[in-house]
Amino acid sequence: MVEFTLPKNSVLTEGKTFKAPKGATNIRRFEVYRWDPDSGKNPRIDAYEVDLDDCGPMLLDAILKIKNEIDSTVSFRRSCREGVCGSCAMTINGKNTLACIKAIKDYEGTIKIFPLPHMSVIKDLVVDMENFFAQYASIKPWIETQTPAPSDRERLQSKEDRAKLDGLYECVLCACCSTSCPSYWWNSDRYLGPAILLQAYRWLVDSRDENTGERLDELEDPFKLYRCHTIMNCTDTCPKGLNPAKAIAETKKLLIQRQ
Amino acid sequence: MDFRPPLARVRGLGSAKAGSHHWWLQRVTAVALIPLTFWLIVLLDLSFNAPYQETVAWLASPFNAACIVFWILAVFYHAALGLQVVIEDYVSSEWWKIVAIWGANLGFVFLGLAALIAVFRIIVAG
Repeated sequence: MVEFTLPKNSVLTEGKTFKAPKGATNIRRFEVYRWDPDSGKNPRIDAYEVDLDDCGPMLLDAILKIKNEIDSTVSFRRSCREGVCGSCAMTINGKNTLACIKAIKDYEGTIKIFPLPHMSVIKDLVVDMENFFAQYASIKPWIETQTPAPSDRERLQSKEDRAKLDGLYECVLCACCSTSCPSYWWNSDRYLGPAILLQAYRWLVDSRDENTGERLDELEDPFKLYRCHTIMNCTDTCPKGLNPAKAIAETKKLLIQRQ
Repeated sequence: MDFRPPLARVRGLGSAKAGSHHWWLQRVTAVALIPLTFWLIVLLDLSFNAPYQETVAWLASPFNAACIVFWILAVFYHAALGLQVVIEDYVSSEWWKIVAIWGANLGFVFLGLAALIAVFRIIVAG
């Protein structure tokens, strides 16, 4: 159910401010959402003043600098630092993105860093992705065929058919799109969300897959698929420049086409 | 404590294997309402600016009577389909959801019937 106010234990409080070192001239203020489940306290906003002259260019560099040099208690996920692992998804100045592929200089003034919206927070910027990945598993993201694999070669695919996967296979499952979608906020227990529907479409259009009909059967549901009302927050926020809204629209077209 | 594996929770009761028809009819009625709305502007213009008898006579012609019946059917059907989606979006309690969708659908059927009776009265009685 939609709620218009935060529960009492989610209301933000003011936290500590960590001042920049003396002599620093190129200072940027980062405000970071902090919540520690063991403390029993409400979440707070801690502010860190970072000397950008002594910091890498990307947002993830600043967060790593905060963790390494200012406050080692900050928790976040990161791995590849080049936009292919999808770990460092967070809300930066109100927009979901990957911290590792966003440059600090693209933002002005204070930079506010929050966990992905409407997800259960485990600690600080780390959110619970269990439901999201279970949804991914539910669409069977692997090839399904009745025809046995050829014994002497791989399953062939024309260049044109391979091109249909462009704009789909690049998805790194960072969940920026799904957690930007109000339908996913209200109904993530049943609605699959843009990321998973884009992945589902990736298997619908794979020329080597033989289970298109069964996949469409599974998706044809008022909640799994049709909670999408094409407001396109997903496409707007995708840090990889993909278009989940189009993949969902194409899936709806396939469902009409087979009637 | 819910000990079900996450995948069991996500797969739940499975796909309803429905929804496309609802979604498609919402589009069909929306497209039908585009020309009908232009026609409605003429009716509203007459309703506000022309004498009663002239408006009624205009409405009683076969073409215009068909248009208003078509408009009433399309607009209330479209509204019922759309409101159901809004209710499904925002009401998560299963019982409230069912009651609200029933209420909305029955309400629109009532409004549609009332509007149709009014049209037939105009056509028959003038």
